[in-house]
Amino acid sequence: MKYELRLSGTGGQGLILAGIILAEAALLDGKLAIQSQSYGPEARGGASKSEVIIADTDIHFPKVTNPNLLLAMSQEAALKYSDDLNKEGILVTDSLFVSQLPHHLGKVYELPITHTAKECLGKALFSNIIALGAIVKLTGIVSEESIVKAVLHRVPAGTEEINKKAIQLGMELIK
Amino acid sequence: MSKILLLQGNQAVVEGAIAAGVRFFGGYPITPSTEVAEALAEKLPRLGGKFIQMEDEIASMGAIIGAALAGKKVMTATSGPGFSLKQELIGYACAAEIPLVIVNVQRVGPSTGQPTSPSQGDVMQARWGTHGDHWLIALTPASVPECFDLTLRAYALSEKYRTPVILLMDEIIGHMREKIELPESYDEIPQAERKQPDCSPEDFLAYATDDSLVPAMPAFGSGYRYHVTGLIHDETGFPKGTPAATLAATNRQYNKIHNNLDDIVEVDYYQMTDAEYAIVAYGGAARAAYDAVDCARAEGIKVGLVRPITIWPFAEKQMQNLASKLKHILVHELNCGQYVLEVERAVAGKVPVTLFAKYDNEPATPSEVLAEMKKAFK
Amino acid sequence: MSMEEMIDKYFRPGRLPHIWCPGCGNGIVTGCIVKAIAKLNLEKNDVAVISGIGCSSRASGYLDFNTVHSAHGRAIPIATGVKLAEPKLNVIVVTGDGDATAIGGNHLIHAARRNIDMTVVLYNNNIYGMTGGQYSPLTPEHAKATTAPYGTVERSFDIAELAKAAGATFVARGTTFHAPLLADLITKGIEHKGFSLIEAITGCPISFGRQNKIGGPAEMIQWQRDHALPLAAFDKLSAEQKSGKFPIGILYQNNDCKEYTEAYDELIVAAQGGK
Repeated sequence: MKYELRLSGTGGQGLILAGIILAEAALLDGKLAIQSQSYGPEARGGASKSEVIIADTDIHFPKVTNPNLLLAMSQEAALKYSDDLNKEGILVTDSLFVSQLPHHLGKVYELPITHTAKECLGKALFSNIIALGAIVKLTGIVSEESIVKAVLHRVPAGTEEINKKAIQLGMELIK
Repeated sequence: MSKILLLQGNQAVVEGAIAAGVRFFGGYPITPSTEVAEALAEKLPRLGGKFIQMEDEIASMGAIIGAALAGKKVMTATSGPGFSLKQELIGYACAAEIPLVIVNVQRVGPSTGQPTSPSQGDVMQARWGTHGDHWLIALTPASVPECFDLTLRAYALSEKYRTPVILLMDEIIGHMREKIELPESYDEIPQAERKQPDCSPEDFLAYATDDSLVPAMPAFGSGYRYHVTGLIHDETGFPKGTPAATLAATNRQYNKIHNNLDDIVEVDYYQMTDAEYAIVAYGGAARAAYDAVDCARAEGIKVGLVRPITIWPFAEKQMQNLASKLKHILVHELNCGQYVLEVERAVAGKVPVTLFAKYDNEPATPSEVLAEMKKAFK
Repeated sequence: MSMEEMIDKYFRPGRLPHIWCPGCGNGIVTGCIVKAIAKLNLEKNDVAVISGIGCSSRASGYLDFNTVHSAHGRAIPIATGVKLAEPKLNVIVVTGDGDATAIGGNHLIHAARRNIDMTVVLYNNNIYGMTGGQYSPLTPEHAKATTAPYGTVERSFDIAELAKAAGATFVARGTTFHAPLLADLITKGIEHKGFSLIEAITGCPISFGRQNKIGGPAEMIQWQRDHALPLAAFDKLSAEQKSGKFPIGILYQNNDCKEYTEAYDELIVAAQGGK
């Protein structure tokens, strides 16, 4: 089993952290994982991607070459990072930012990720955690227990409940 | 007892440094090595150690030389432009035989290049960056756990041979996060010892040696007073520029390393037992090579991976051995061809050597490496 | 202690004679450093002398302490590493005007800014002597040098003012003519807890004096006598009278600033959860 995910958007959306959390959740499940990233010089804005590979056996090449899932949380990222997404791959977009879908023959989930963060939790800040909830529900690539544990390990003290809620909201986006 | 963590290569270097007993870091921020400085700024004071952000790269190299003389295990971390600036004092550390470790997380160059993109363009600079004849050790990790292990090894070697050791990382290994299993406590980690004099301060000659050719190095303030200079010096440590003294100093510094190549030079082999072909790759570039070897084997190509862990001194003997056994060697590196020059020199035409150079800001993928193998091994 | 006793105690046997030219002032300045150490009765094992490259920087090799003859301009960062790693050491930096204010100028101002406890004795002979007389940042405007054959058009630093502005907490100037004062200033600089800079005006008859028609060693020392004034006397002069003269003595001292290694020790206590 080898599963490759690319989480993309703009700098400041917390996608690198989301990738780290997902990889840590995989380790908690007893799997192997590698997370890597690329980003521009901007601390905020600019296209950013965080890649995670999860597998049962040794992972050598650390970059995603054949994504099973692409999360695109900005229009630019949706177009820039979708080239190698084949028809078995899943495209998840944040409907608030992505209006023009890239050419993709496979499954597409247009989810109100940031919209949900703002509406239900009052802050766009939680959109990365909501996205993680949705991805876990959609793929089952890590266990629900491990994703919750991994999220709680990484978020600031005092925000545990609202982050758990964010995971739940993300899962609920997948019907 | 151990703990399982997801760490960046840069963070694993920090853990290795703490475990090795590093208690002094002098640095300057530079992408993609900054995480090393940031983490040590947080961790060292809690251990009673010192972190100082110096005014420039040169000064951070100077500060660690000073702290090493005061008896500490020391580190600095940098990337291309900073590595260039440090070169003069790296030469000083070679000449004065100061044990220290310089982490260079390579990025694309020359000049500012591409700060967040991977490259292995500093291989020759790590060897020949400073002026004059000199010898030092450079190690290249290819995984996050190896970042930890080689940091420990860097201190073992730098103390044993009283030499600067360069931990030659690249952006791929420095920034990727991978599983690493670390001991809960570093108390049981063997600490590299710096050789101390076995004579009284009155009889102490700063650069006198035994058969190891490595002089003892007491700390400033220990009661052994001595002089340290970058001028050619004799066993007293004081300048002496005669032809005989110059020859003696140069030869000893060469021999203290080269008499011990079996101890220093480490090469990892993957699928090489029955290999007819080999790919030589190191650091981040080796990651794609592992996958490419697996794919090629699946297609019946008898290829293996030769991965130098010690990049300097060059694995001369190991490469010569390959020459007699193989039909073809493909060298893959993330530059326009640096390590390949040494491989070609070592095999001396006994086996064809082809270079797969990748220098476009992106690492080669396993399928690209496989394609190059097939082309070369036809 | 007589000078002979001081030589026996603080200079390394067999390392003299020094390499300095006849008439050079560097021996006087080095003697003043030794007198200061003798006066303070510092334990030799607890003194580190770090120098850069140049004529003055050769002094470290003659002195029987923990000594480093480092690279050009880099004495101060190396001294910073020594001091921060081992704060019990009395760290003295021996440097020249080219070493400390040109190639090492950045290090000088940042060590001053940190207020790290070290005593920088800056041998100012206004010229690069060892390389044969090129102009330095402390070569007076219009003076000649081998790289300024028509006289330099560059303005020079007032290095004492620069050090003060950068945050040094003890700044003084002496000359080889006023040797007892210079020894006293170095003594006070070592005693001062913080960054001290002592500018020691010293004559280079061969590479500076000759090119600038000042005369030989005696004339250069006379020049110091005739142009230096104690700070209090200097301050009373009008701007016009001050022209060409320079003040000597303690020019600035501030005992209220936290010294760097002490501040760092407090940081360690805080990082370890203490107060």
